[in-house]
Amino acid sequence: MKTWDAIVIGAGHNGLVNACYLQRAGLDVLVVEKNDWIGGAATSRSLTPGFLYSNCSYVCSLFRPEIMRDLELPRFGLQVISYEGGAVFTRDGDYLANYRDHHAHRREFARFSARDAEAYGRYARDVTRQCRFIQPLLMRTAPDPTSFRPRDIGELIYLGKKFAGLGATEMADTLRFWTMSISDFLDEYFETDVIKANFALSGIIGTALGPMSPGTAYVLLHHYMGEVDGSVGAWGYARGGMGAVTKALADSFRASGGTIRTGAEVEQVLVKNGKARGLVLAGGEEVHGKLVVSNADVKRTFLKLVEEKELPDAFLRRVKNFKMRGSSGKVNIALDSLPEFPALPKDSPCYRGDMHFTDSVERMERGYDDWKAGRWSADPFLDMMMPTMLDPTMAPPGKHFMSCFVQYCPPKVEGSDWTDADRDAFAETVVSQIADYSPGFRDRIVHMEVRTPRELEAEVGLTEGNIFQGELTFDQLLFNRPVPGYAQYRSPIDGLYICGSSTHPGGGVMGAPGRNAAHEILRDLSRPTKHMSPAHDVI
Amino acid sequence: MSKTAAKPLAEQAIVQAAHSPAQLHFRTLRVDTPFQPRIDALMKTNDWYDWGGYRAPASLWDEELEYFAIRSQAALFDISPMVKYRIEGPDAESFLNRLTLRDVAKLKPGRVHYTAWCDDAGHVLDDGTLFRLTETRFRLCCQERHLPWLLDSAIGFNVTVTEETEAIAALALQGPTSFAILREAGFAGVERLKIFDLAEFPHDGGSVVISRTGFTGDLGYELFVPADLALSLWDRLWQAGELRGIRAIGYTALNRARLEAGLIVANADFVTAEHAIRADRLRMPDEIGLGFMVDLEKGHFNGRRVIAQARSKDTLQHVLVGLEIEGNIPAEHAIVYHRQKKEVGLVSAAIWSPMAKRNIALASLQRPYGDTATDDLWVEIYAMRELKYERLMKRAKVVARPFIKLDRRTASPPAEF
Repeated sequence: MKTWDAIVIGAGHNGLVNACYLQRAGLDVLVVEKNDWIGGAATSRSLTPGFLYSNCSYVCSLFRPEIMRDLELPRFGLQVISYEGGAVFTRDGDYLANYRDHHAHRREFARFSARDAEAYGRYARDVTRQCRFIQPLLMRTAPDPTSFRPRDIGELIYLGKKFAGLGATEMADTLRFWTMSISDFLDEYFETDVIKANFALSGIIGTALGPMSPGTAYVLLHHYMGEVDGSVGAWGYARGGMGAVTKALADSFRASGGTIRTGAEVEQVLVKNGKARGLVLAGGEEVHGKLVVSNADVKRTFLKLVEEKELPDAFLRRVKNFKMRGSSGKVNIALDSLPEFPALPKDSPCYRGDMHFTDSVERMERGYDDWKAGRWSADPFLDMMMPTMLDPTMAPPGKHFMSCFVQYCPPKVEGSDWTDADRDAFAETVVSQIADYSPGFRDRIVHMEVRTPRELEAEVGLTEGNIFQGELTFDQLLFNRPVPGYAQYRSPIDGLYICGSSTHPGGGVMGAPGRNAAHEILRDLSRPTKHMSPAHDVI
Repeated sequence: MSKTAAKPLAEQAIVQAAHSPAQLHFRTLRVDTPFQPRIDALMKTNDWYDWGGYRAPASLWDEELEYFAIRSQAALFDISPMVKYRIEGPDAESFLNRLTLRDVAKLKPGRVHYTAWCDDAGHVLDDGTLFRLTETRFRLCCQERHLPWLLDSAIGFNVTVTEETEAIAALALQGPTSFAILREAGFAGVERLKIFDLAEFPHDGGSVVISRTGFTGDLGYELFVPADLALSLWDRLWQAGELRGIRAIGYTALNRARLEAGLIVANADFVTAEHAIRADRLRMPDEIGLGFMVDLEKGHFNGRRVIAQARSKDTLQHVLVGLEIEGNIPAEHAIVYHRQKKEVGLVSAAIWSPMAKRNIALASLQRPYGDTATDDLWVEIYAMRELKYERLMKRAKVVARPFIKLDRRTASPPAEF
């Protein structure tokens, strides 16, 4: 029976990035995927004729350009298109727009507050400073502060030097940024509700915290440190949907000789004498490998795929307590014509960007209150967009795919499992919010896919449907992600690695965890890593 | 059992009838100033640039000849995009004294001074001109926007701060015949304005504030009117200037004149504190040649303690100097070396000066170079000529600014030409 050099569990973006780098280092790599399609949470699916849905993740910014280049993803069809603007609709029939043009942006803010219009410069400066501090850390393995290995000490010194390189005020800002609530943070810059709501949304996406919860300021940073071709902080659509990312990765992987098996659900990681030897698939088939890399989240990996007895107690307890709470849902809608939002002029660039209906931080927080009580938000926060305004490949001309990210949405409804009726009622909450601002919206709906945490966990495999494979709070970042002492992609089981978003530097379609894990694995195998570009300079 | 809370809003279409002009601003990314119809009529090069979101002329008909219009006749330059704040109230003087580096108590009504202001760390936020219109009313003109800073600094002072960039249109009339043109235009008493004086004159049913100020180192004036009186002011000057060589100019020409005058431009010759992303780009007044403004005796002002400390502990890192460079090839953005080897700074602006007949530059140097060590400085010029860099290593001498000094700038009464 064949023994693979490495077996990767899960054909999500990080699993594929990892597999690509291992395969290109000369290993014989197998990727197993439980679904009949690849992509994990970065996938494009055709669920109704003529339409493609980015049915989980829906926008791209964090994916590291070094990885795109190393793995030749453009050659395999990956194109990312920046989107154009954005809007927050207000309840008085007006809206606040975000424009790419700096001065248009200022004039728009000035419609609401002369002061806020001129506050944006300092805000952007401070956020940029912090992003520049974090960016170089993304493509490096987090140092283990308890180890005294020269490499960890070296990395700690690197971190320390980076930190010492900040000015005194920036150092203070860094600590504040990593611990503050996004609401408090924005209060330092802006006075207008809708302007604060406009920025606060980046602080809560995918996070089971409210905008007033400490720690949410960092989540905003996490959403700002990406780029589209050098335009830092910009977000774009992957042409062909987010599945284009994983399709390019899969094609790149296969082109270098890799093998992917879909429809192959992993039952268990085979462990013999404390060492991973392969997998048992559903149905009992054994697949043997010299090492196993799991792209599944840390809870799924160690609580479902590995027998508890193989793991140290302290590690198990930490994994069980790792915060990975479901907080969001997704509604994907096929529309037979462009919905109108009368608040927006017809030629508004906001149609080609992200739209929102939550015009105050207070409303967001109230939405979070519902979640704490075990209900989905009656007045949810939507991150809504129509990629088909820019991407001609996802719907027939004149028709549109609308992606609605919905927050907050609990993993259980008042303590009980989700039912189909709950799911439909949840969808109705979303549609009715959109219809408030878009007369005739319901009539345009051709098809709708509704995904609560139940569907996200069952299909994508994300525990509780948490999109980041674990919340991005300071206690769960850097050398604490996912478990102190195991932040370097290794696990207590010899030969079992983790490469998903549960690891440093965390979630989003970034690819960095998969890449960094490959770097560690190749290191353990004493294989060269010349095919892996170092992080681009931040100058 | 309801699984979700009651919806706070009844479902209803949230629709607004019509869009306001303010909402439609996205259709025009570079807006017009109140003088645009006149400038458009004179525009021949179609050479525009973005000045703070305004469509501003880089040149209008010939950037070299436009420069000579400044030095030989009179040049009209639209400065409306300059950011303007009205600061008014019983505490306006004490507020501005707290905010800025110079002693505002010494600035009498009817006077203007060039000043700057710092954050608490003593880093320069901007430089600009402060106009004292009355005992309790001021206008602050600058390059960048500072409303949050001004409002926060005003806490505890009985003063209002209003942004009036759009409301107030402004022109610079600069050059040897500028005085004669104003007199010809009927601004009676304008001859009494000494350098840095200002006065209000009747115009078209309203009034215009004319100050004897400018950015050229030449005889010149700046005129401020409410936006709705802009065009009639332009026409009044244009008519009066017809026989005295008045020409409209763009920024390229003005930039040459200001460099000869040794004046610095925010975010060209130094990075303002609210824009500096990299901590080592921040500058204290003494590091960009504005140390002369700092009045440590006047009482507390933003950045005072740090500035005093940097002076006494001798921790200032940079210095901004004027350079005279051998040869005639402008050294724009050239690296400055000591003994042709050690990199000690960067040229931020450079031209061949027609008035000084010298190759001049502004440069930021790492102290002690440019400060106590001024010998053996060199600039490395990369001059692109027909797709090849001609690399020149030229000797640079630190010289005092301004590079040119024109008697007509300060002569009182002002000369005819």
